[in-house]
Amino acid sequence: MSAGAPSTRMELLPKSVQLSLWMGVAALAAVPFVTSEFHSSMVAKMMILGIFAMSLDLLQGVTGLVSLGHAAYFGIAGYALAFLTPQGESVSLWWTLPAAVAAAALTGLLIGFFVVRTHGIYFIMVTMAFAQMLFYLFFDNKALGGSDGIYINFKPNAGFFDLENKRVFYYFTLATMVLCYLFLRRLLWSPFGRALAGIRVNEHRMRALGFGTFGYKLAAFTLAAALAGLAGYLWGAQTGFVNPELMGFHMSAHAIMMVILGGMGNFAGAILGAFAFEYLLHLAKDLPTVGGFHIGKHWQLWMGIFIVLIVAFAPRGLLGLIGRLSRRGQEDEHA
Amino acid sequence: MPEVLLSARGLTKRFGGLAAVDDVSLDLWRDRIHAVIGPNGAGKSTLTNLLSGDLPPTSGRVSLCGQDITGWSPERISRGGLGRSYQKTNIFLPFTVWENTRLAAQSRAPHAMRWLQTAASFKDARERAERALEAIGLTHRRDVAAATISHGEQRQLEIAMTLATEPSVLLLDEPLAGMGAGEAERMVELLQRLKAEHAMLLVEHDMDAVFALADHLTVMVNGQVIASAEPGAVRADAKVQAAYLGEAH
Repeated sequence: MSAGAPSTRMELLPKSVQLSLWMGVAALAAVPFVTSEFHSSMVAKMMILGIFAMSLDLLQGVTGLVSLGHAAYFGIAGYALAFLTPQGESVSLWWTLPAAVAAAALTGLLIGFFVVRTHGIYFIMVTMAFAQMLFYLFFDNKALGGSDGIYINFKPNAGFFDLENKRVFYYFTLATMVLCYLFLRRLLWSPFGRALAGIRVNEHRMRALGFGTFGYKLAAFTLAAALAGLAGYLWGAQTGFVNPELMGFHMSAHAIMMVILGGMGNFAGAILGAFAFEYLLHLAKDLPTVGGFHIGKHWQLWMGIFIVLIVAFAPRGLLGLIGRLSRRGQEDEHA
Repeated sequence: MPEVLLSARGLTKRFGGLAAVDDVSLDLWRDRIHAVIGPNGAGKSTLTNLLSGDLPPTSGRVSLCGQDITGWSPERISRGGLGRSYQKTNIFLPFTVWENTRLAAQSRAPHAMRWLQTAASFKDARERAERALEAIGLTHRRDVAAATISHGEQRQLEIAMTLATEPSVLLLDEPLAGMGAGEAERMVELLQRLKAEHAMLLVEHDMDAVFALADHLTVMVNGQVIASAEPGAVRADAKVQAAYLGEAH
């Protein structure tokens, strides 16, 4: 693609990486046939987090806006589904999904209007502050479910396919993630995507060239919130339960770590990071007790150490590592 | 047709007690190069920043193509037809030379908010970028990352980006700084050619270039204009010789 690219972010995915990604999709399609229902629902959860991480990557990796409150939009859409689902029956997917995504987008638009004016550390702090406000709004209000959250007794009703069927839900999630990825990859090379990349690299110059960067950043923030909402809706539908933790600080921080872990600015890294993060989380939590010391209880410490190592030794994240390895493989073939 | 495209009246910028630019008025005409010279700290760059909207003036007014633009944001002034380059190279270092220029050209396109078409598919922006690179003579470097080209080439790229927005007024802040002799000569020729279509403000230290190019010369010292006239008259001005030219040579 002649729209030329910085090498630091791997915006352009090498052929070998693209091939690995599509093999990964094929592997994901096979999962329900080769593993237990328990494991495939874990993978579905990873895919939902993959969508969430991609939505953050649009801000963090592409536009250079590190939001520490992105879970707010994830949670809002989950709650929207909870409020829209009646106690005793299911509700149609076809209007609740757009409604939940719109709720997240609208929240993003309102909060974005205030936060995208700030830069750097201030942006991080303000996004976090707004998310904490929403967290406590839901946490402290019994009418909004309070600290216990709300059960969603029925999965949304899609009409011609049945999301109560775990396998159908799995493929619905896979299709949503792939579509989301294709959309964002397309967006990355559009005039809008190029302008966002320009804002990340040098916002001052963008303004001098005539770009109204406020509008671009607000649009990106709103879109990222909408896609986070898409993920949050699926999360609510899958788990049948929402609570304030969904919009909590940890959820937001985990999303940032997923994006860094996988590699920023190309969306594929975000998905990879979400999978790797969740997998490592389970590994770390399951660590055994040695001589009375419960290693798994300190999973946050092990995760932290791992992330630090990745940042130090693989600045482009896991996807960068894959790119490097596959390139070495190709060179060996030519030698 | 000579016409005034940009005019400033009583432009003043104070930083605390210091007037970096003090009551400066000037007119930029199409088909004329207006050079501003002065020692370091004279307020030349601040003046440029006031005209481009990078800094808001403390007082005074600026109008662009007949419109009062005082207090406008830089992006709005840019879209109003003003293009500027920076004294310190201000480009998109990780992007290729081509993408730097194409992005600049894209700023003028109404399709800038499109999400699903590739940016490369928009012909008008592409053509504007190609013309700008061609004019500046960087076409052979188009696929190289801007961070890896020479300092002189980065200066050229900066101007190419400005040209890609097709401005009617050009503010060039030391375009020749850091260029080799060949590059500088080429740039002087280019500015000479651009003159016909643009009104141009040229802030420059290279006196040979200034006297070769300028139709009008303003000398600033300590934020104030001490002389503003034809280059020949300014050169003969005793005040200027004492304050600036005399010291320098």
